[in-house]
Amino acid sequence: MNYPPAIIAEAMVNGLLTGSVYALVALGLTLVYGVLHIINFAHGALLTCAMFAVWALVTFTGISPYAAILPLALAFFAGGYVLQRYLIGPASHGDDSNILLVTLGLSIAIENALLAAFHADTRNLEGDFGFQVIELGPMLISRPKLIGFAAAVAVAGLLWLLLARTDTGRAIRAVAKEKLGARLMGIEVGHIYGVTFGIGCACLAVAACLLMPSFYVNPRVGNAFVLVAFTIVVLGGMGSVAGALLGGLFIGMVESLGGLLLGDSLGQLGIFVIFILVLLFRPTGLFGARA
Amino acid sequence: MLEVSGISRSFGGLKALDGISLSVAQGSITGLIGPNGAGKTTMFGVISGFIAPDAGSVVYQATDITTEPAHLRARRGIARTFQIVQPFAGLSVGENIAVGAYLRHASPSEAKARAEAVAARVGLGAMFDRSASALTVAGRKRLELARALATEPDLLLLDEVLAGLNPSEIRDILPVIQDIRASGVTILMIEHVMQAVMALCDDIFVMAQGRMIAEGKPDAVCRDPMVIEAYLGHGAAARMQEAGNA
Amino acid sequence: MKRRELLFIFALLAALVLVPLLASNLLINFLVTALIVALAAQGWNILGGLGGQISFGHAAFFGTGAYVTELLQLRFGVNAWLAALVGIGVAAALGWTIGAAVFRARLRGSYFALVTLAFAEVLRILANALEFTGGATGLLLKLQPGAAQFQFESRAVFAWIAIAVVGVVLLLTRHIANSRFGAQLVAVRENEDAARALGVDIIATKLRAITLSAAITASAGVLYVQYFLYLDAQIGYGTWISIEALLAAIIGGVGTVAGPVIGALALHALGELTKGFAGSITGIDLVIFGLLLVAAVAFAPAGIVGAWKRYVGGRRNA
Repeated sequence: MNYPPAIIAEAMVNGLLTGSVYALVALGLTLVYGVLHIINFAHGALLTCAMFAVWALVTFTGISPYAAILPLALAFFAGGYVLQRYLIGPASHGDDSNILLVTLGLSIAIENALLAAFHADTRNLEGDFGFQVIELGPMLISRPKLIGFAAAVAVAGLLWLLLARTDTGRAIRAVAKEKLGARLMGIEVGHIYGVTFGIGCACLAVAACLLMPSFYVNPRVGNAFVLVAFTIVVLGGMGSVAGALLGGLFIGMVESLGGLLLGDSLGQLGIFVIFILVLLFRPTGLFGARA
Repeated sequence: MLEVSGISRSFGGLKALDGISLSVAQGSITGLIGPNGAGKTTMFGVISGFIAPDAGSVVYQATDITTEPAHLRARRGIARTFQIVQPFAGLSVGENIAVGAYLRHASPSEAKARAEAVAARVGLGAMFDRSASALTVAGRKRLELARALATEPDLLLLDEVLAGLNPSEIRDILPVIQDIRASGVTILMIEHVMQAVMALCDDIFVMAQGRMIAEGKPDAVCRDPMVIEAYLGHGAAARMQEAGNA
Repeated sequence: MKRRELLFIFALLAALVLVPLLASNLLINFLVTALIVALAAQGWNILGGLGGQISFGHAAFFGTGAYVTELLQLRFGVNAWLAALVGIGVAAALGWTIGAAVFRARLRGSYFALVTLAFAEVLRILANALEFTGGATGLLLKLQPGAAQFQFESRAVFAWIAIAVVGVVLLLTRHIANSRFGAQLVAVRENEDAARALGVDIIATKLRAITLSAAITASAGVLYVQYFLYLDAQIGYGTWISIEALLAAIIGGVGTVAGPVIGALALHALGELTKGFAGSITGIDLVIFGLLLVAAVAFAPAGIVGAWKRYVGGRRNA
């Protein structure tokens, strides 16, 4: 079990890079939780959906996955808005466990619709993304992952700016803090819920574009991400943007080091164990911050 | 029967209860009054085991129960109602009351019979099979009372069971409360409806801003300048004095 | 009303008992699978339906029942019936342990759902990785038909055993629903504070529910492994059984006595029908199930049983 420091360091850096994309997935989840106070169980299935969208767009039109970021983010924002405002919201009658069940039903439906359409095969983007590496001292770092890291941090920053500096952001924060008060101030809560859910979905679209060059997609791939994302959200403190970012980076490292030391299948174990322990003993999260 | 002494409790920086003591005599109806935000409901939480005090003790029938969980206090014979009614909304009126009755009766048929008797006693007999969510405000208050009664308590804590009722509804429920006391149940009640407090209570405690400011017989408490100030604002007692002399 | 419910239960069981006499092996296979899911859903319904604690991880109990039963026979030569009893017991103990940790930490609602899912996933990863549990290749139980081995030459006999177990659990659920424990469990579901004020020990009540729930769902796992004689981590601890148990209970009628059984039979019949229509396209049946779950929550919170009661009630009032 003795690894040279260079391999450990490389695993840690790789973990950080993967973690940044996890963070992006978790950002959408934590934002929706912070504002709507619901757990969107369909988050993983929506991510799979976004990844297939990237795959189809790149494969059939030949554009770069990075060029797909803007159109897909917009499309997913719109889709998310409609989904929340006209399906999840009305179907749940405002009850928390109903929302959980509705989003579970959606995730089952979406995942299996993708299975019916694309079969269980695993697909990659054509091209030489996998071979693009950058040498950093003794380490070899994948270029797509590095781009993903930079973009994820940029998106987190943008999101923070949006929440802190714009009217929409202020309205979102008002609804998150005090729904009734916000409604009395003339904020249309249903609309803000839709916008928030839409932003959550747009985060997924961006994450999908950043993931695809270095990852693969199959109809069940979202499952792997969904509990990871929940772990990050719980770890970072439900509803906290900064917490999601830090939690994502941390979990990426845990997974990468766990995989190195215990093997891939047991490496995942660390994430679930952390998830359970945090929920049992520190349900407000390690960083304790609130949105 | 109940001796509460030196209870303090803070929420964040706010001292909700500051060294509160009160006692309830066996067989009495004791009133706990005071302006909004005085800490009365928090006090009920402490007595019934829903809120742990930072300091002080709760002694019930010579046993210190300060740290005992709420459900064990209910088994000892302390029952409470909630100011904001908490019906089991998905259940019928009868099923709601039966949950209380099951505390002393394991058999379903006994619990149901008991629930029927209690429902009749508080005037919910006709609503027995209806959904609890179909009840009016007055009906829900009666349901709170019925569920608590069904646990066959020795000490009943009533948190504003008259609030939100119209005068004729209040007139209907006062005899029910008197009848409960007559059956041997000791009552501690939080109430804003002064007419009811005066008519029912043997002793009254008055709280304001987390402190106990007065205690005694109803008519004495009513004339207490501290009490008048607490309710009507600074200087009110003096103004009333003047008005009385004029 | 109460008597009518009992009559309905017996009619349902009688109808099921007749099926293996008339049906082909294929249909019996279908029936046994549906009954196993029904049993898992009956277990889920005690905790999720009566107790309102929605679990996403009942695979933890299904798989534990199945794995312990198979491992005791394979690795230690224990008699199948004894192994089955121990399997159910171990799963019940696991339920109690998870419950003790989770309920004391006051995890409810979405948190409860997620943490149960995480427990099931931990077990799945372990079962998939450890050599003792057969790793990724799984475990094959030796075919040795005979009542003493809990294996039967005739599929019909096995179907009858499954029907008997489902029937016993139906009566047990009915008994619980009409008992003090059931009333307190429902009270906890509806309002924890009010229940506490009425002397209900919240944690003890939930613990009893999760223990019983785990044992029932584990017995489904036992039936699975004794019927199919094969088990791997995906079958035992995979999300499929957590989801199917939940779907069957909710679509059949959450918190009702017969709902999980009706839901499981209806869903499996629907699944076969869609396979007949859509041919070999995998996933179509689950797309429909997912949408049905959304529709049930939106329009029929008491599922098929609730809708039926409303229909009958409406006709009687008309």
